[in-house]
Amino acid sequence: MNGDQLGSMARRLLGMATKGEQIEVYLARGRSTTVKAYDGEVESLKSGESHGAGVRVVTEGREGFASAGSLDPAILVEVLDEARSNAALSEPDPNVGLTGPDGVVAPSLELLDPDLDRVEDSERIRLALELEKRARSIDPRVTGVRTSIYSDGIGEVRVVSTEGIDTGSRAGTASMSVSPLAVDGEETQIGFASDAARHPRLLDPAEVAAEAVDRAVSMLGADKPASGRMTAVLDKRVVASFMALVGATLTGEMVRKGRSPFGDRLGEEIAVSGLNLVDDPTDPESLAAGIHDGEGLAVRRNVLIGGGVLERILHNSETARWAGTRSTGSAVRGSRSTPGVGLQAMRIEPGDVGFADMLARVGEGVYIRSVNGLHSGTNLISGDVSVGIQGHMIRDGALAEPVREATIATTLQRMLRELVMIGSDFEFLPGGTGSVTMAVDGIALSGR
Amino acid sequence: MLDSSLVQSTLTEALRTGGDFAEVFVEDRGSLGARLDDGRVEELTTSRDRGAGIRVIVGDSTGFAHTSDLTESGLHRAAATAAAMATAGKPGAVGSLGNPVGRSGPDVEILPEGIDKATKVELLRRADETARGIGDAITQVTARYSEGRRRILVANSEGDHATDDQVRTLFSVSTVATGDSGRQTGRETVGHTVGYELFDRFSVDEIAEKAARQALTKLEARPAPSGELPVVIARGSGGVLFHEACGHGLEADLVAKGASVFAGRIGERVAAPGVTLVDDGTMVGEWGRIAIDDEGRPAGRHVLIEDGVLTDYMWDHLRARAEGHRRTGNGRRQTYRHLPMVRMTNTFVENGAEDPQAIIAGTPRGVYVAKLGGGQVNTATGDFVFGMVEAYLIEDGRLTEPLRDANLIGNGPQVLLDIDALGNDFAMGPPGTCGKDGQGVPVGDGQPTLRVRRLTIGGTAA
Repeated sequence: MNGDQLGSMARRLLGMATKGEQIEVYLARGRSTTVKAYDGEVESLKSGESHGAGVRVVTEGREGFASAGSLDPAILVEVLDEARSNAALSEPDPNVGLTGPDGVVAPSLELLDPDLDRVEDSERIRLALELEKRARSIDPRVTGVRTSIYSDGIGEVRVVSTEGIDTGSRAGTASMSVSPLAVDGEETQIGFASDAARHPRLLDPAEVAAEAVDRAVSMLGADKPASGRMTAVLDKRVVASFMALVGATLTGEMVRKGRSPFGDRLGEEIAVSGLNLVDDPTDPESLAAGIHDGEGLAVRRNVLIGGGVLERILHNSETARWAGTRSTGSAVRGSRSTPGVGLQAMRIEPGDVGFADMLARVGEGVYIRSVNGLHSGTNLISGDVSVGIQGHMIRDGALAEPVREATIATTLQRMLRELVMIGSDFEFLPGGTGSVTMAVDGIALSGR
Repeated sequence: MLDSSLVQSTLTEALRTGGDFAEVFVEDRGSLGARLDDGRVEELTTSRDRGAGIRVIVGDSTGFAHTSDLTESGLHRAAATAAAMATAGKPGAVGSLGNPVGRSGPDVEILPEGIDKATKVELLRRADETARGIGDAITQVTARYSEGRRRILVANSEGDHATDDQVRTLFSVSTVATGDSGRQTGRETVGHTVGYELFDRFSVDEIAEKAARQALTKLEARPAPSGELPVVIARGSGGVLFHEACGHGLEADLVAKGASVFAGRIGERVAAPGVTLVDDGTMVGEWGRIAIDDEGRPAGRHVLIEDGVLTDYMWDHLRARAEGHRRTGNGRRQTYRHLPMVRMTNTFVENGAEDPQAIIAGTPRGVYVAKLGGGQVNTATGDFVFGMVEAYLIEDGRLTEPLRDANLIGNGPQVLLDIDALGNDFAMGPPGTCGKDGQGVPVGDGQPTLRVRRLTIGGTAA
């Protein structure tokens, strides 16, 4: 992408600010290409460019926002006018306002592989077809694949404001995923696995296919388990999902509005002492790493829970003003929305228990390999959790029969205090979260 | 939206190097959202998005490209990209476009964009005041207003040419109540494919009051039971269950890939006698109402299960073409950046004959679900999970105590067979957004009060 075209477009709008008016311009553009393979053929080849512009105006504590899926200069001026008219109707708040640079130096990261833009359609097609073929050839019970997908994309973002913010970044990812169908008699099970990296050469179709197939065939013959209260071993993807929910309660937005179950617990022990939950977008190993947040401030490493103690709440500049502290560089957004507050690249620090050892120590319980209904089944305000699960029973310290059509229930508060073992099998998942296997006591399993 | 000759030349360009079928989809959408939270009108946001998606089909392969550049050069460039896989060399045939079918303008009573923003903001303040007035325990209120207008044009090389102008308006109130037992939440949403006349039909006060009472009631709630129980689902609150757990399995694309439990079962009994499941995009005012689908096909009323017997699946252009079936107006996409696929519109279970009160009275012990939240389904197995956001225990045929939030879990095909009572009080439910392969589209759902013989409740009480 040539020069700083986005930067000059954005600065042109800042020049239109009137006295006492703060303006922030967030511009984004990107391109992506996706290939779906089915039955040895290309099912679809899709490509396109996306443009986006979001303009925020603050006048005397009143904020207005407007966006458009376009970078057309005439439309940007209309967007600015809409944002102004929206600001006039919102109600003032002394905490509302744009931030200037806060002196934190942004990490120097290369988030775009220079070769990603040179990947040809023929290579993309080859990868999608290869992934499907591999998934179909591992196990005779796999009768087909619902979708086999390869996708890559490059995105560029620019944030500038009248308060001196002037930053931007580019990033690219390549990813693949496959959903094989395993059939045994009348029964069908579907599996899923994915991988993501900064270039397709770093993807491993063999491993993705093997894991997806295993997730499908291992569920054949699954039945509803008996209800009971027991210890559950959680797959690292499941741990990542639950910890993301915990993280979502640890934001200045939730705390400010009295909606976080942990809002008044800063400095207190809320989890077992072995738990260390960190949000670290400065780590280039994570695919979710970044350079700046949604307001243009440098990202930083934030320890949320350290040794079981709640050490930090995430803030953007507005919630930080309210709390009398400084932004943690945690503004998250796209071009179509105003900055919220959230996790960027969460990681759970590993413990010292290997997977087999964990099963052996648990003895009798349930291994939860995947969950569904996570968002409908979790109430972030009360902390109540009730989700559907699939996995295996644990008997005599090893994985036993598969189970489905069951739920587990607990609360986020209890779960953090009942993490009895933390795994040593740390891994970055495709979404950029670093996670480990864990064992949790006191889980109510509902089945038959 | 786009000059006919430009549409025609783009189709010609798309088939210049071969291909069996080409389509141009043009979209122009605008929306306004306003939110009051924590006692303050926090945010008004406006958005505008327009562009085109061009599709070229060659054999079983689809090429697709999208662009926000609606000039001739932008459209022709996208057409050439979409045609990347068409290498036959001989240009494909393009039929001439007739006059467009579908809506050419909005058919609402009051176009929301004609009402000034201050009036809309006033609705938020009123909802906040009303909800807080219901009880001192209401500690937080969020009120949202949103309006959206989506104009589309679809034309293809088979000569189909259609337009639509979809206007939707929505209002929702969420509350938090705080008591000795902790915090509980309530939510009420009203949304229709109508204009600002939504507020002539629904009172903001009533929406706010319902949301507040739901949270207050749950403060007294006890943990939900754990295990299998009969479940009575209130009218208009459980259609989403049939949408998720049965509807998706009736989408022809999933059926064709063997990813549906309903594959190969046309003509078989798949539900209890008396159960009729319908998808109907023509229901005026409902959230899934469309005049045409996103492939230019007029919406229709389509019976999927009749008196317990599976009659048909839902079809888009691609599957209908592959299997020689008629299109049913179920080809939809989230935006011009997406490829269409088989999607539902308004999906519902038709009325039965029983008195809803008698259904409750005839249940010695069970759970009454007054409101279901979101859910998820595994279409290959039909296993589903749904959140109950307002539920009560049934003891001796009477509703007794409110229950805390918990999930319901079951199997879609089994639920259809396990419906053992069907009320005569049909109602459509709240507006929904259906997700499939990463695309969300507006859908409606509905059902009368009904009872499922047994479902698993994922609570914590023994």
